Amino acid sequence: MRFLRCADSGLLVELDDLDAVQALHAALSDAPPEGVVDLVPAARTLLLQLDPRRADVAAIEAAVRAVEPRRSVGGDGALVEVPVVYDGADLAEVAALTGLTEREVVDRHTSAEWTVAFGGFAPGFGYLAGGPPELVVPRRSESRTKVPPGSVGLAGAFSGIYPRESPGGWQLIGRTDLEVWRVDRDPPALLRPGVRVRFQEVR
Amino acid sequence: MSCVEVLATGPLATVQDLGRPGLAGIGVGRSGAADSGAFRLANRLVGNDEGAAAIEVTFGGLVVRATRDLTAALTGAPCPITVDGRGAAPNSVLRIPAGAVVELGVPDRGLRSYLAVRGGIAVEPVLGSRATDVLAGLGPEPLAPGMTLPVGPPPRRFPQVDVAPVPACPDGEITLRVVFGPRHDWFTEDALSTLVSSCYEVTADSNRVGMRLSGPLLERCRHDELPSEGMVAGALQVPPSARPTLFLADHPVTGGYPVIAVVVAADLDKAAQARPGQRIRFRS
Repeated sequence: MRFLRCADSGLLVELDDLDAVQALHAALSDAPPEGVVDLVPAARTLLLQLDPRRADVAAIEAAVRAVEPRRSVGGDGALVEVPVVYDGADLAEVAALTGLTEREVVDRHTSAEWTVAFGGFAPGFGYLAGGPPELVVPRRSESRTKVPPGSVGLAGAFSGIYPRESPGGWQLIGRTDLEVWRVDRDPPALLRPGVRVRFQEVR
Repeated sequence: MSCVEVLATGPLATVQDLGRPGLAGIGVGRSGAADSGAFRLANRLVGNDEGAAAIEVTFGGLVVRATRDLTAALTGAPCPITVDGRGAAPNSVLRIPAGAVVELGVPDRGLRSYLAVRGGIAVEPVLGSRATDVLAGLGPEPLAPGMTLPVGPPPRRFPQVDVAPVPACPDGEITLRVVFGPRHDWFTEDALSTLVSSCYEVTADSNRVGMRLSGPLLERCRHDELPSEGMVAGALQVPPSARPTLFLADHPVTGGYPVIAVVVAADLDKAAQARPGQRIRFRS
């Protein structure tokens, strides 16, 4: 565990891997130390955003070191099932990159149980971890200026669903009608950290 | 109900409050007033809670009409302000009679002004806040001519002072204090000394998300890819162009380029008032 300061506005905690990030995020979410206004989990870091008027950074560092990481992450154990039409523009490219057939890519994607590791990029976008290692692919060398909402993609070890039209560099393998983000719904995001996700093929 | 009718907006006018903290896990940033000190002052002047929603005006140009008698205050970048053609003072309590037109000119210094009305702008909150997040596309739409903004019920408190003494927005070179990190070790020693010994200029490619700066390149000593990580307002992120971007209120929740240094929280309001063409020095 390494602490990196962001002036007086943040404390970036660098951890060994995604599991450690999730465990620390879960533990700190229950009782954030005084002066911490938000927690931003990512692949290898957890950022504690601070209120500089209330935060005592040394005390917060000590509190983070003392906290017992929690293995059972949040998300109330919810399972979200995502119906997907697998006709994405990059499906053939993903097959070529992985050495699998397109059918095998779809089978691997639907047979795994994914977990939302963290959000970011856009409201309601969840980075889904826990997929099969065969599906690890690089981002597209060129980002698209417009990715349609509901696009299902792969990048690195993650899968994700675009909540709205936006630019993006993920390899697109399919699309879903499921609205993963609606501000007039409670909760607005279906894909909150800790939520489990299964993809189901529809034709 | 009292309302404010929007007649003209200038380059950009949005509703802002103190934002929506606590939602980063679902990809929602804080947003809120870019110069929160000026925003809070505007609310205090009219007797509102500091977090009541007000209008953030970028580079002047806002024209509104009051449907009923209103109490208002203008803070931040000192736009010339008239009420039915008569000059009025910024940082003071303004009585706006029903039907009167309030017109803001272009400020001669600073960038963002705040027009607060007693009772606050009462548009529907989104995820607990009335702030417009231009990056995430959350909250009310930016103001447009023809829009009508409802005003909330007056608070119990009354305005306490008529005028607030406020230091002028700097119009020359500004100095912002920074602390190196969290990723200063991704940069050469030269880059670190360049950042705090050179002058950077705010480019036109700047908005509530951040300010792109022009100036000497900040060279990296590590060229591998940084896994995306959480960002704070005030972060100086260095993309492959090797020129820094200073993140403001609507900055992305996470970013994939290293942050060489972060502007201290107390200087963020000053940063939010820097206008394109203005020069910035960073001091560690």
